[in-house]
Formats: sequence, C-alpha cells, structure tokens
Amino acid sequence: MITAERKPLDEILELVGDKKKVLVAGCDTCVAICLSGGEKEAEILASELRIMAEQDGRAVEVEHTAAIRQCEWEYLDMIAEKIEAADVVLSMACGIGIQSLAEKFAPKLVMPAVNTNMLGMPQEHAVWLERCGACGECVIGETAGICPVVRCSKSLMNGPCGGSHDGKCEVTTPEKEDIDCAWALIWERLKAQGREELMFVNRPPKNWSKSSSGGPRKMVREEAKPV
Amino acid sequence: MTATEYKAGSNLEKILSTGTFVVTGECGPPKSADGSVIEEKAKLLKGYVDAVNITDNQTGVVRVCSMASGYTAQQNGVEAIMQMTCRDRNRLAMQADILGAATLGIKNILCLTGDHMSFGNHPEAKGVHDLDAINLIKMYKDMRDEKKFQCGDEMSVAPQLYIGCAENPFADPFELRALRLKKKIEAGADFMQTQCIFNLPKFKQWMEEVRALGLHQEIKILAGITPIKAAGMANYMRKFVPGMDVPQEIVDRIAAQEKGAAQQAEGKKLAVEMIKELAEVEGVAGVHIMAVEWEVAVPEIVEAAGLMPRPAVA
Repeated sequence: MITAERKPLDEILELVGDKKKVLVAGCDTCVAICLSGGEKEAEILASELRIMAEQDGRAVEVEHTAAIRQCEWEYLDMIAEKIEAADVVLSMACGIGIQSLAEKFAPKLVMPAVNTNMLGMPQEHAVWLERCGACGECVIGETAGICPVVRCSKSLMNGPCGGSHDGKCEVTTPEKEDIDCAWALIWERLKAQGREELMFVNRPPKNWSKSSSGGPRKMVREEAKPV
Repeated sequence: MTATEYKAGSNLEKILSTGTFVVTGECGPPKSADGSVIEEKAKLLKGYVDAVNITDNQTGVVRVCSMASGYTAQQNGVEAIMQMTCRDRNRLAMQADILGAATLGIKNILCLTGDHMSFGNHPEAKGVHDLDAINLIKMYKDMRDEKKFQCGDEMSVAPQLYIGCAENPFADPFELRALRLKKKIEAGADFMQTQCIFNLPKFKQWMEEVRALGLHQEIKILAGITPIKAAGMANYMRKFVPGMDVPQEIVDRIAAQEKGAAQQAEGKKLAVEMIKELAEVEGVAGVHIMAVEWEVAVPEIVEAAGLMPRPAVA
C-alpha cells in the first residue's frame, strides 16, 4: 500500500492562507488504512481547523468529505459538488490522489495535507515498513523475496557492504532505531532455501531507465483497452 | 579594478570587465584516455579565444572529465571554462570537484543541468539530479563568497570562481526564458552563454525582454554561435536536436552550395555575419563559438569577424 503522514497543523494552516471556504477531502483507500487521510482523519483535521479559526477570530467555513479513491475520475465525480463550492481543497490522499483531484478540477486550488512517503506494509498495528521502490524491474526472484533497492540503504545489487553488523545496517532510522541489513536477511533466507549460490552471482549494474530516472512512466495495456 | 576586486581574476572575467567584446570557444574531450586530443584542440584555439568551455560528458556520452581536460587546456595556454552538470554528481561530488578544480587553477565554471541520460550512451544510468543548475550556482556562490559548504559548514580557503550559466532563448514557454535568467542571476551567476543562435530575430526579441528587466547590466551575456559544416547538419539540428531553432532559410542557404568545401565556406561566412550582427545588439558582451568537432574553423571565423588580436591580460 501507499503510505502517507499528515503534515503538521502549522504547515497546513499556511497552505490554507486566508481562504474562507475550506474542504478537507479524505481518501478511503491506502491513506485510510494507514490512519493518515481517511474520512475519520479528514473529520479530525476539519475540527482542528475550525478550532484554530475560532481561536484566531477568523470567519472560516470548514467542511470535510472523502472519496472512495481520489485517484480515479469516477470517484471524484461523487464529491464534485463539495469541491466546486470550496475556495481551497485540502486533500489528504497520497500524491496520486491529490494530483488527480487537482487535474480534474483545475484550476481549483488544491493543497496537500499529507506527505506521501512510501510503498510499504504494516509490520504491526500502527507501524509501516518500506517494501518497494517501484523501480520497474523487480529483482527479488534472485534475492529471496527481499528488495535490495529500497531495503538496502545503498540499493546495492551485490551486498552486503562493509557496514553490515550483527544483521543491522550502518544507517539508522531518523529516530535512531536499527534497520535490518537487507543483504543479511537475503543471505539467511537464501540459505534456508538452499539457494546460496545466488549470493555469489555478480549482478550487473541495474537498468535505472525503468525507474523514475527514465522520465515519467506510462503503462498501457493494449489488450485491456475497450474496442 | 584592482586584482582583489575580481571574484576569480580569470582572463574571462578581466576581459569582460573592460567591456571588450569577448570570444569563447568549446572543446569536447575525447571518448578515451587519449590526453593528446585536448592538447591539440587547445593549441588550435590558443590566441583566438579568451577562454574555452570544456564539456562535461556532453549529450550524456562518457568522455575524459572536464576537470582533467580543463587542466590540460590550461597547461597548453588556453583558459578553461569547466562545465559541470547535475546529471552525474550529487552535492558532495560537485563540491569536492570544484575544490579540486580550484586547486588545479581552474577559475571559470559553467553550471548546467545536463542532457538527460536517455540521449547518451548509458541510457540505463540512474540520473543524479540532486541539485538543479540554479541550486548549483547558489552553492558555488556561497562557497566562494561565504566560505560555506552547502550544509553550512565553513571552509578555510574558498575557491575563487567566476560562475557561469546557460540559457536557451529558443526553448518554451518563451515568456519564461528571460525570467529564468533572472533567477540564475539572483542565485549568483556572473556570466551566461546562450544556446546556438540561428534565429536572430527571436534572439533579439529575447534580448529586448532581457534589457527590459535590466538583466544585461547584471550579467555578462555571451551569444552562442555554431558554424554549420554541412546542410545535412543544419537539417539535422532543425529537425532532431531538442531546443534548437534553425530556420529553413538557413538550411536552404547552406544547401544552395555544393557539398563539401563550398558548404563549409558558406557556413563560416554565415557565422561571421551573425557574429557581426550580434556584436551590435545592446547587452551582448561577447560570442561563444561552439564549433562541434570543427575547432579548426574557429581561428578563421574569429579573424574574419574582425575580433583579432585577442587582448593580452595582465
């Protein structure tokens, strides 16, 4: 899933500026599951904005809504009326949803209320870990189902580097917590699979043109197009 | 102006500061470890240009690096303008390289975004683009003027740099082109070189906007010239090179001559005419002659344009 974190309230207030009619638009898919931008979080943010406006003595109308998925035109149609009525829409969807909304209702002012951060999975309740870099050329068939592109801090194709220690990476999270060394994990799992030889293959440089380095990507499924 | 007032004290900076019409050239380093190529190109241009651009993996094709080539050019009597693109280096490398270049006596730097990897010979490479050209200009300015690295750390000896940038008056949207130059000036650019000019009326229109914003008084503008070697080349640039604006009349004029020496002569003649006309445009401080793999044509063009001898710099 795509994960996102809500921006700090101060930053959101700055983005809203002096606009009088504010719509907080949640998205009930990925960002709802990661508890950052679903209908419930949209409702909470709307209340916070109303409280702040009242404290500052500003007359601001704040409403909230949510689309089933902000990244699809049809679902945006369902909340069109509220969007049209707002001076500014604070979207709580991921970057894809925010841009879909902004494009469909252009030039409506649409602001991001969240920071989209990764393609990850919930490791336990309320904890998410990055799992995929959408690099366009998956290698985990050779790396025991563990992605070296985003789970190795250096995206090594031939790890581990000299900074691996007791199964941990030399880099720590911004909260100074240990990060597992992806290549230590890969090695352990390859051994368990009896595929140790894959560790000793010299992998060539990766083709980054299939990632965002090749420019914005587009996928077309000719066979799935309506005839 | 006393020596201490110069930002870098390069020939280029000194000559531009006198108001003399400047001539810069361009050298592409070789695609092998053959250092003699740059030596020869430098010897060819020595005395005919005030400084020479040393390209940095131009069009995304690997070549001898611009730092080593720039050093070689200077050892052979031509001042270097070292090109630096954001495509291949992150901010650490771009700062380390400029410190290295400064220790080798390189003073002019041209800050570029760089052609995309997909145009070059390593299309699978990861594009770095940690900074853009405007960020790069600002970073080098702060290193020079504030003695500060991009992170804010201080250094004891700052690199003395004359900072250049490029701008394409023929790219779209046209109304942004002069304003983007303004951003580069605000970031700290001292001089700029334009994309090759073939469409003079459009260039003049752009210069009008530049003058309306007063930018010609804040930055030294060198107009880009590329002598055309053959009609086929003109046609190719017209049709296939992104950001190039080659009017059909130019292609036709060269094509009207017989292939070979006659087309080359016409190409040189056209370049000379354009230089003379550009010299009359208010705010143009010099020309930048990009004779791509045709460096041998430069002395003749500079001579015919009445730009010889080049000033001696103290």
